[in-house]
Amino acid sequence: MASTDGAAGFPGVVPAVEIRGLVKWYGAHPALRGVDLCVGPGEILALFGPNGAGKSTLLRILAGLVRPTAGSVRVAGFEVGKHSDGVRRVIGVLAHGHQLYETLTGRENLQFAATMLGLDRPVDRVAGVLAKVGLEAAADGRVRTFSSGMKRRLALAKLMLREPRVMLLDEPFTNLDLQATKLLEEFLMASKTTGVTTVLATHNVTMGFAVADRMAVLEQGRLVFDARRDEVSRESLRSLFTIQGELWGDE
Amino acid sequence: MTFARRVLAIAWKDLVAEWRDRESLTAMCFFAFLVLFLFNFALGGDQTLIRGAASGLLWLAFAFTSVLGLARSVQGELANDCLDGLLLYPAEREAIFLGKLCGSFSIILLVELISFPIFAVLYNMDIWSQLPKLLLITIPATLGFATAGTLLSTMTVGLRAREAMLPFLLFPMTIPLILAAVRGTEVVLRREAFELAMPWLKLMAAFDLLFLVGSLLTFELLIEE
Repeated sequence: MASTDGAAGFPGVVPAVEIRGLVKWYGAHPALRGVDLCVGPGEILALFGPNGAGKSTLLRILAGLVRPTAGSVRVAGFEVGKHSDGVRRVIGVLAHGHQLYETLTGRENLQFAATMLGLDRPVDRVAGVLAKVGLEAAADGRVRTFSSGMKRRLALAKLMLREPRVMLLDEPFTNLDLQATKLLEEFLMASKTTGVTTVLATHNVTMGFAVADRMAVLEQGRLVFDARRDEVSRESLRSLFTIQGELWGDE
Repeated sequence: MTFARRVLAIAWKDLVAEWRDRESLTAMCFFAFLVLFLFNFALGGDQTLIRGAASGLLWLAFAFTSVLGLARSVQGELANDCLDGLLLYPAEREAIFLGKLCGSFSIILLVELISFPIFAVLYNMDIWSQLPKLLLITIPATLGFATAGTLLSTMTVGLRAREAMLPFLLFPMTIPLILAAVRGTEVVLRREAFELAMPWLKLMAAFDLLFLVGSLLTFELLIEE
């Protein structure tokens, strides 16, 4: 099993994500109780855990959307909270909610994103990502009329538009059909080859195991497991997922 | 340039969404009509009383109506986690505030312009010859209301009782603005010399400036968590 001390796993390499002693309390409820974790450049980390384990909170802290109670977090060298502008420039988030405006068309949503990102040649870039996710034909329809799967694809197109260095994905495989799942898998693999780091929180053991280099398990706000893929079998990982006879996941 | 584009993009998004949905616009126009009608009905046929209270009733109607639009300004972004999406862009927080402000201001001003003819008919007022002067009062008052409303909508966005809290905070805070707008409108409707409205215009300008600067300085702090 790999250690959770993180930096020791990347001698001489600046981690893309570095979390030290992370604690988060929501009122009297502890969401994270001292998490230490490092993710190297180009690495894909799958974060598993039951509902309420703190996965989404961890991703939200990494994205700078939630302030930690204690501890330090660095993303691509930028300290979250102190250099939030830098963090926002390098991250891409695929959230549980699709973050799309339903009264706008698919294309308008992406054009709005391109303007907010300050991209050059926005029309070409938008057309390019729409083609990648196979939504060219439907792009001029309002998002309200899209199926859940189409909305996820459009959210993926928005993520592609950002060209992030660190991707934070919350349940990315939810509501995806086989074709879209394959598309996401290919995108993750292609991003990995260009050095993009990915942290994905998922219940889906099969998909998490298929794409990740490393698996970690959060339980009640603590990191209870952290191993490289070649150090763990899918079955042993799945067995970890059974708590009192109930499977966490949606498998 | 990118800053201005971002401001316009956010305002454009809000206006297009509103135009297509017409959810707030319809509700606001109907509400303005209802308030003006009910006040008129309550005052009976006494023209002297109606004329004396007209400017106050007009601005009460506008104030109540504005809350409906302002509630959707930032709180509307909660659907589908769009607010998170907006905050995740590497955009200046000031651009986000100004974009939301421009959107709200335009929608409220449009409702006010639609309400003027209703007001003129219900209260038997000839406002058309005074329209440019009336706009000189309406625009800064609306800007102040939209600025304070956007800021407070941001402050209350994380609260469970956000819809109730917004008017609860907004009305006391905008008392000077409403007072100035009422007095300024009174001068215009009574066809008195416009110089008499100048102190009220200055008060509105000071309110607008204070809230605009204050909002730009505090928006980032308020919007993040």
